[in-house]
Amino acid sequence: MKSLSEIETTVKRASRAAGYSWGIAEEVGKSIRLSELFGFPGIKHLNQYYQNKKKENFDDIKLINKINKSNGLSFCPITLGVNFIDQIKNIETLKKCSVDKLAFPLLLLPFLSRGSEIIGKKLLFSFDDSQFLLNFNVSISSNFWNKEPPILANQVEISFLNNEDNFSDNDWNNLYKLAEDTFVEETDSLKEGAAGAGLTDND
Amino acid sequence: MNIELRDPNIIMKLSRLGSFHQSRLSFLRSFLNEFKDWDYKRDLFDLDKDGFGTAVYSFKKKSRVYSLICYANKINDDERSDRVIATKWDAAFTLHDGVPLKEDIERLRNEVPKQEVGRLSYKELTLSRANKSVRVFDHVVENLSNGSQPNLDLLEKVGYLYRTTAVYGSGKFGLADRFRIKNREEINGPFRLEMMLVYLVRQFTFDQVNHVAKNRNPKSAVKLDPKICRNLGIGNSTGLGMAPFIVNHPTLLNNWILSREVALKKIREIKIAETKDISLFKECVKNSLKNITSWNTESEYQLKKIKLLLKDVRKFINFLENEFDFKKDYPFNEIYLWLEKETCEECIEYIVSIMMEPFGEIVQPLISQMSSEEEKYFNIPTERNVEDLKKILENKYSDILKIDFNKEDSNQKFWFISKNKEEPRLANRFEESGADLEQPLAIARDIKKLYERLLSLKNNLKINQFLIDNSDLRHVVRRAFIIENFPYSEIQDNTIGENIVPIDMLRLKLSFFGALKFDPRSDKWLRICMFQGAPLPNELKDYDEQWVYKTFS
Repeated sequence: MKSLSEIETTVKRASRAAGYSWGIAEEVGKSIRLSELFGFPGIKHLNQYYQNKKKENFDDIKLINKINKSNGLSFCPITLGVNFIDQIKNIETLKKCSVDKLAFPLLLLPFLSRGSEIIGKKLLFSFDDSQFLLNFNVSISSNFWNKEPPILANQVEISFLNNEDNFSDNDWNNLYKLAEDTFVEETDSLKEGAAGAGLTDND
Repeated sequence: MNIELRDPNIIMKLSRLGSFHQSRLSFLRSFLNEFKDWDYKRDLFDLDKDGFGTAVYSFKKKSRVYSLICYANKINDDERSDRVIATKWDAAFTLHDGVPLKEDIERLRNEVPKQEVGRLSYKELTLSRANKSVRVFDHVVENLSNGSQPNLDLLEKVGYLYRTTAVYGSGKFGLADRFRIKNREEINGPFRLEMMLVYLVRQFTFDQVNHVAKNRNPKSAVKLDPKICRNLGIGNSTGLGMAPFIVNHPTLLNNWILSREVALKKIREIKIAETKDISLFKECVKNSLKNITSWNTESEYQLKKIKLLLKDVRKFINFLENEFDFKKDYPFNEIYLWLEKETCEECIEYIVSIMMEPFGEIVQPLISQMSSEEEKYFNIPTERNVEDLKKILENKYSDILKIDFNKEDSNQKFWFISKNKEEPRLANRFEESGADLEQPLAIARDIKKLYERLLSLKNNLKINQFLIDNSDLRHVVRRAFIIENFPYSEIQDNTIGENIVPIDMLRLKLSFFGALKFDPRSDKWLRICMFQGAPLPNELKDYDEQWVYKTFS
């Protein structure tokens, strides 16, 4: 088994050899390491992308807008990913953005995961019938499992989710009530003597 | 009294970093301190009469066990090389996490001796190989087998029976990634498991030499005197492989240097020194003369430095004995100021290291701060603007911005990775090919380039906009925002200039390892000795912390 350290170093060097600057190559190394750590086929997908890149041209999205339309060429997932992280505070205000014709969309995943950590919000990433919930770069929930990664997504969507509970007040109240069963009802004498602080505190 | 931390623009110059010495902060010393109450055991010693075979040594505490597995192999004299091009070694080692099963020992028997072309697993933590100093090893075997102890002059001159030629960790060749072990309490300092490996290898060399001598002449052989063992360490040959490490790990470098600087600051801030601390300091300085006079090298560069160091340390001892009054307030500050005025860089840093000896209570808490969670500082704060970045560059890289990179001599060298051995190398860009594949280690040049590019831009331009069209400088933009919070994260020198002495970079790292007796063999590689004078594993429970200054005493 390859260690994550080997993965990061080799990806960094390969990315430099594929024509990216050292700074971008560092970002790709970090991201593919994450992808593999989360169990997604980052190495396989990146390798395919770099092979295709030798024969095919890809477009770069520089400034990310709400809707990002292609002029014919597919978009490069690496420059999109790096610019997404760099511009995330601006993009967050859009609440949602979409990209047409994204090559190797799975390569964008770790960049989005890192973005989720930077802004402290969950992100929802979807293309075709696949969905990914990015949880602050701690985990990724997905219905994508054991599928062959697509080499092109005609449209991807990225939504910024508000920091809200994903349960109802009723669910919470019921559980809280149950938790109260671990508390002791205080008698007058317990009220007098069991607390650490005095009854008055005018500090 | 508040003493300022020393200026990074002075301390982070290569000539100063290349004058650093081991101290209480050094990793091999903090390793011994951490593992002194662990149970040491030789679990397996299955060598044939010539000393070839397998051995296992372990440190154990509660349910945690670390096991060194040693494979000693026969090699021909013409196969023995310290160069990284070697493919066979006298012995190969791995530190295994836990107690190895028979299957593990067999699996690793096929992999560990192959080193870089073998594959390890997440159950192995570090990997190394070593070659005998044949001259010393044979001499010791010869003498022990005849019932006598070896010639101490020879042993003192060389200092070890074996020298390692590489020690790998942190995920190399399939070894466990650091994230798997970083939360273990006993691993709270850098390179701790690498130090453990080297320390146990040292014990293996003594056991092997005794074993071979005994088998050669069972009736008259004697064991190597433990006092002689203690004064032997493990040699190490180190080439350029180490140099990029300190450039590629800026926050880690900062934390090493900052710990040293904070320790010095706190010692200089002591108003009244206690008698016992004064005595220990003086004793260490005086005893350390032996370390200087027994420091052997043929390198003219190093010989000059040693000569100057010896002269200045003697001058300092004379000052301490005849002129200095420790009853003064802030005596260590007075001493430091005197050193700055009167002695060379090598001597200043030598005495700074010794100043830490009496002050374990100052040094010890700093040791746990010498690691770094590097991932935390990776993202670039792209909402900042050009003005912010320019100010950082002007404040933190002021000397570097003065370098003229249009001059050929400022730009003469380039760092690259050798295709044959995947090792870093340094070459002249005007004489050799390959500069188009240069590694990003010319930080000074790229910082200057970044600054020049920023000058023509509007101050309020956001970094995220700047990076869209300047991705070639992204790696140094990241570094600039790191140095803003980590003042000692950057070498304040030109690493591609005509006059660069790469061994200064190696020396810096090796001093933090705790190496002694740097012996440059060229400007690109050197030999050192580790653990010379250190307690043996069975002496760890009660050892003298100042053992470094008592070698051959």
